[in-house]
Amino acid sequence: MTTPATQVDPAIAGRGYAHPEVLVSTQWVAEHLNDPTVRLIESDEDTLLYASGHIPGAVQVDWTADLNDPIRRDYLNREGFEQLMSRIGVTPETTVVFYGDKNNWWACYAFWVFQLFGHTNAKIMDGGRLKWEKEGRPMTREVPNYPPTQYRAPERDDTKIRVFRDQVLAHVQARKPLVDVRSPQEYTGERVHMPEYPNEGALRGGHIPGAKNVPWARAINPEDGTFKSAAELRAIYEQEQGLKPDDDIIAYCRIGERSSHTWFVLTYLLGYPRVRNYDGSWTEWGNLVGVPIER
Amino acid sequence: MATYPEKLKELLEDFAFITDRNERAALLIELADRFPEVQVPERIATRPFPEEHRVPHCESEAYVWAEDLPDGTLKYWFAVENPQGLSARAMSVILDETCSGQPPAQVAEVPTDIVFTLFGREISMGKGQGLMGIVSMVKHFARERAAQRA
Repeated sequence: MTTPATQVDPAIAGRGYAHPEVLVSTQWVAEHLNDPTVRLIESDEDTLLYASGHIPGAVQVDWTADLNDPIRRDYLNREGFEQLMSRIGVTPETTVVFYGDKNNWWACYAFWVFQLFGHTNAKIMDGGRLKWEKEGRPMTREVPNYPPTQYRAPERDDTKIRVFRDQVLAHVQARKPLVDVRSPQEYTGERVHMPEYPNEGALRGGHIPGAKNVPWARAINPEDGTFKSAAELRAIYEQEQGLKPDDDIIAYCRIGERSSHTWFVLTYLLGYPRVRNYDGSWTEWGNLVGVPIER
Repeated sequence: MATYPEKLKELLEDFAFITDRNERAALLIELADRFPEVQVPERIATRPFPEEHRVPHCESEAYVWAEDLPDGTLKYWFAVENPQGLSARAMSVILDETCSGQPPAQVAEVPTDIVFTLFGREISMGKGQGLMGIVSMVKHFARERAAQRA
């Protein structure tokens, strides 16, 4: 018996998530490899991985090549998104399932970009590439070809889950919560003493005033890359860090990739209604003239 | 004119002609497959690897060592602890094959932006910095050795 794409995966159901339907297990994916209503999408930090072998039928979406505007520092526009969806053979009805390396870090990032265009029919494969490989499930180097689709997307909506620098400044002044998901060394602005090593692409080190430091990977079970249970996540974000579900929260990191992972956790696994990702992140804030910085 | 190792110049020329993403990926994966040949042997280092050999900010948890060779050059050794760190592995193999046994003064001249010729302009900033970190680490050891000889 396979679970239809619309139902909660039994492997996920017991973990207490607010929106368990956004996660599927490797077993679920294995059962839907030939499901024409499902499109598997691999998104990796290491872009060589897909070519070295991927889940049969999966397409690659590379964030630099596919999701970014080639000239400006911004995401692709509506036309670009429509072309991408056409190329990977996706319609608005297709359930897209993202997976990738590094605990699904880039998979969550791609998921977030897809939400800017309202493709809500989207899921993450819990455990990502690591778990799939560890379980010895099939991999292939064969790149699939899907017939192009007609995909009509709405204009990109940057108001609900994305935030810009002026809004962040107002947020700081209003003393609302921020989560800095970078490493403690990046958060404190500690310098790396190595000649010629680029300093994270920012002129100043430190963090946005008032931000709490919760490295993104704390949401993950390191042995298999799966997400921690809702109770474990609440222990970190609520009991330890004092966030409240109805808080207006901004997450950031260096360029907004790691923080989209935390955005995913807070929004879907814990069900917080108002979490936004600041993709300008430290590479913008640490270079801005005159903004406050805390060390 | 930069005086960095001849073998590296040749490899960079080969890579400069690649325009196809898949062709580049195939070539880099082939290089990464030779990683066991450059993996640090136990006589040089054992786990847990010392922090001072770790490449800062490299997401794949890469480490670099330099071993003195009798002719005054260095042999570079690497560890990449992320089992999925294919790019870091490819970078390690490239650095060993083109810089080990080469005059340290030349290796010290290797520009870190070779990363973009090898991996393509479109790689992410984080990845670019991690890979440049591996190059910087090799250069750092070469520079130290070159300074001692000067």
